[in-house]
Amino acid sequence: MSSICIYLYILTAAAVIYLVRMLPLTLIKKEIRNPFIKSFLYYVPYVTLAVMTFPAILSATSSPVSAWAGFITGAIIAYVDGNLFKVSLGACAAVFIAALFV
Amino acid sequence: MMKHRKNPREIYLATDNRKEFIHGIQAGIPIGMGYLAVSFTMGITARNIGLTPLQATVMSLACHASAGQFAAMNIIASSAGFLEMAVTSLIVNLRYLLLSSSLSQKISPRTAFGHRFIMAFFVTDEIFGISSARQGYVNPFYMYGAAAVAAPSWELGTFLGASLGSILPPSIANAMNVALYGMFLAIIIPPARKNRFIAGLVLLSMAASLFCSSVSPFSQISEGFRIIILTVIIAGLAAVLRPVEMEAGETRGEAKETSTQVQ
Repeated sequence: MSSICIYLYILTAAAVIYLVRMLPLTLIKKEIRNPFIKSFLYYVPYVTLAVMTFPAILSATSSPVSAWAGFITGAIIAYVDGNLFKVSLGACAAVFIAALFV
Repeated sequence: MMKHRKNPREIYLATDNRKEFIHGIQAGIPIGMGYLAVSFTMGITARNIGLTPLQATVMSLACHASAGQFAAMNIIASSAGFLEMAVTSLIVNLRYLLLSSSLSQKISPRTAFGHRFIMAFFVTDEIFGISSARQGYVNPFYMYGAAAVAAPSWELGTFLGASLGSILPPSIANAMNVALYGMFLAIIIPPARKNRFIAGLVLLSMAASLFCSSVSPFSQISEGFRIIILTVIIAGLAAVLRPVEMEAGETRGEAKETSTQVQ
C-alpha cells in the first residue's frame, strides 16, 4: 500500500473522530434547560466510565488474579483517598506484586 | 440560574488559567503513564501490520483514540474502502458524541468557539473523566494542561512501540495495563462515596456491563455499542428516577454557581 494511501486512511479516521467530538461541543453552546436531558448528561460520565472499567479491567493483565488485585486495590484507594495518581499507581503496584506470586 | 451569564468573573483570568493549566498537568501525569502503556501496545500492532513508526505516530497524533485507532488499523490491514473506514470510525467512536455533549454542559456557556475547537481535539475518555470530576465549570486550560502531558505520552508510546517493539520488561508492561482503569475508579468512586444514588448507579452500570459482556446474545454486541447502549439506558433511567435539579445542593448547576464565585 502506498504511503499516501495510508495517510488518507488516517485522515479519514481522524476527521470522523474529530467531528464526533467537536460537533456537540460547538453546537450545544447554551445551558440545557430540559430537566431530563440535563440530568441524563449529568449521569453520563459515571455510567460510561463504570461500564468501560468493569469487567474490562479483569482481562487487562496476564491473569485474572492480578487483575482482581489491581481492581480491588484501586477501588479501596479511590474510596479512602481519591487521588488519581495514588489510585492509578496503587492499582499498578498491586498487579505487579500479585503477578509475582501467581 | 440565569445570573451566572451576567457574572463578569466568569471570564477566566490569566492567573486562573495558569493555575488551572498546572492543575491539569498534575492530573495529566497518571493519564500519561497509562497512555504510555496502551500506546506502546498500539505501536507494536502498527508495526505488525506494516506501518512505519512515523505513520503510527501521525495516527496517534491525529486521533487520540485507543479503540478507534485499533479499529482503524484493522481497516488498513484489510485494505477495506474509505467509506468502511469512515463508518467503522463513526461506530467505534460514537460514545464521544455522548461524552462531548456532557462536557458541553460542564464548560461555561461563554467559552469561545476557538477553545471549543481545541478542546474537542482532546476529548479522550480520560481527559473527559478528570474534567467531569472538576468542581463547577471546567476551565479550558485545565484540559490543555492535562493534554500537554497526556498527548505527548500517547505519541511517544506509539513511536517507541512501532520502532522498537517490546522493550519494557513484561512484568512492568503488565502492571501498567490497569493504570487507566485505576484512574476511572478514582473518578467514579469518590462521588459514589458521597452520594448513595451515584453509588447504586456505578454498581448497576458495572453489573449490567458484566452481564452484557458475558451472557449470550448480548455478548455478541461490540464493546463500542455496549458502552453506548448501556449509557443511554442507565443514565436515562437515572435521569427519570432522580432529575438532578431536584436534588438541592447536589446539582451541577449549583456547583457551577459556587465555582463562578470562586473564580
